[in-house]
Amino acid sequence: MVSATPVTPADAPSPAASGSHRARRGRKRGLWSFWPQYLAVSPYFLLFAVFMLFPILFSLYLAFQKWDGLGEMEFVGLRNFEFLLKDDLFWLSLKNTFLIWFMSTVPMLFLALVLANLLNSTVRFTGFYRIAYFVPNVTSVVAIAIFFGSVFSSTEAGLINVILGWLSSSPVPWLVNEWTIKIVIATLICWQWTGYNAIIYLAGLQAIPDELYEAAKIDGAGPLQTFFRVTIPQLRPVILFTVVISTINGMQTFTEPQVLFASNAANAANSGGPGSAGLTSILYFYREAFNYNDYGYGAAIAWALFLVILLFTVINWRLVQRRDRTAKGGS
Amino acid sequence: MTRKRFLGVGLQLTMLTGVVISLFPFYWTAVMATNTTRDMYTVPPKLSPGPELFENIGRLLTNIDFFGSMLNTVIVAVSVTALVLFFDSLAAFTFAKFDFPGRNVLFGLLMLTFMLPSQLALIPQFVIMVNLDWVGTLKALIVPAAANAFGIFWMRQYISGAVPDDLLAAARIDGCGFFRQYLYVALPVIRPGLAFLGITTFVGAWNDYVWPLIVMVDPSNLTLQVALSQLNTAHNTDYSMIMAGTLLAVLPLAVVFTLFARGFIRDAMKGALRG
Repeated sequence: MVSATPVTPADAPSPAASGSHRARRGRKRGLWSFWPQYLAVSPYFLLFAVFMLFPILFSLYLAFQKWDGLGEMEFVGLRNFEFLLKDDLFWLSLKNTFLIWFMSTVPMLFLALVLANLLNSTVRFTGFYRIAYFVPNVTSVVAIAIFFGSVFSSTEAGLINVILGWLSSSPVPWLVNEWTIKIVIATLICWQWTGYNAIIYLAGLQAIPDELYEAAKIDGAGPLQTFFRVTIPQLRPVILFTVVISTINGMQTFTEPQVLFASNAANAANSGGPGSAGLTSILYFYREAFNYNDYGYGAAIAWALFLVILLFTVINWRLVQRRDRTAKGGS
Repeated sequence: MTRKRFLGVGLQLTMLTGVVISLFPFYWTAVMATNTTRDMYTVPPKLSPGPELFENIGRLLTNIDFFGSMLNTVIVAVSVTALVLFFDSLAAFTFAKFDFPGRNVLFGLLMLTFMLPSQLALIPQFVIMVNLDWVGTLKALIVPAAANAFGIFWMRQYISGAVPDDLLAAARIDGCGFFRQYLYVALPVIRPGLAFLGITTFVGAWNDYVWPLIVMVDPSNLTLQVALSQLNTAHNTDYSMIMAGTLLAVLPLAVVFTLFARGFIRDAMKGALRG
């Protein structure tokens, strides 16, 4: 159990200074003497190889096959991808995913920024507020989707329509109309993630040194000027972090429409509701692969979606980089 | 002076509105779960909790194996959390405090695996489970989740700062080998870090939906989230029963989270700044 050979910790303050020395000792000791270290880091890499690396390579292979999971695989070349390019439902699902992402992320990050500034200027009940705003984020999406499904229901039991009735407004068929479906899903995501993002922004706000604010005050900057000239630039890395996280989550939206429209008898299962207005790309992938057992086409959708997300991230990153460069050039 | 006070009151009112929006769904779920479905349809609907909770739970229990599903979820969440805490902290300890050939390459590889989207692997993962004959078993949920890149990355950051190198050196002089240094030197001082990783992992495992939906194919043996979703599909007109189930499924986690929240939110804030 316990290694008899002494192990060398990386206890030097500067790894670069002692690196060569340690490497020489390491070579002399032989690889076998590091067995406790390799053993200690191996579980993750083993699990990754079996349940991630192999499956990803296998799914690339599958994307060029026709297979229902039971019979023989049949090599079909690029036919899955040719079909995908002409598949209206795939393009609709991409459009839905981006629209829902945009409709949820923009208000969510804006509200979170406002909320974080409010939280930062309160002194009382801060612990309570933080917990209350964070709780939605640890609540299961299935439960929230069921809740939203009932509150936005078109029946007389739907609370939102009841309130609209009190305001003597006609009921809205929330989960039927193409746009209100997206609004309901975006609202759900906003409700769940605004508090999380506000807490992250709050961390960023608290890390801004007070001297910057004092300097701004001495220079005669007003509150708005201070916000846009000091707070926002200082928060940039944190804002980037939240944008990246929201993009990754937004492109993966699945549970919300899956649970909201699973019981829609008028439609086939997992079609994303009336007019497929809630059909996100991952939901479409799930339906093709696991409802229709079309593994080859499912794998092709997954890879196409991966490439789209990659492209989207690179474009976003380039945009941010360029803005960075012009900002530096200007100052 | 009065203007400042006025602003202060306005601020608190705004914050409280936010709290109401944040917590209202929990209250309304409780209202629906403690009234009959017919109460929901009356005009105006009942806005306060009623006496029907046990009646609704009774109906819930005749329709689905609720406590069986909850037990499954508890087993999965506890096992995954225990395994992740052990494997991730041991690997993180090794990456943070020991030098061995290939360390940087392995850690770089680990960071790279962060960026791989999980849906790419879903179909083959299911095929693997079919071949292992694990479909419908809890093993299929526990084993693949037993260690993760996020935990190792996060704990490595934490351990670098939390475990003093002098202490490790002293332990070595006293003849402590690698695993005893982990057990007796590192583990006692990284408890707060483990608490954060533990809560994140537990919440994630408790709420996990996509993978259990795919792999738990036996309707009599489900996890809580899948059971809840199927209940909603099959009986979607019986609101009060579904909401009783939703309430019971959400409440344990909300309570546990509220108890640990202070330290958890502080650590989440720290983690975001590092990233």
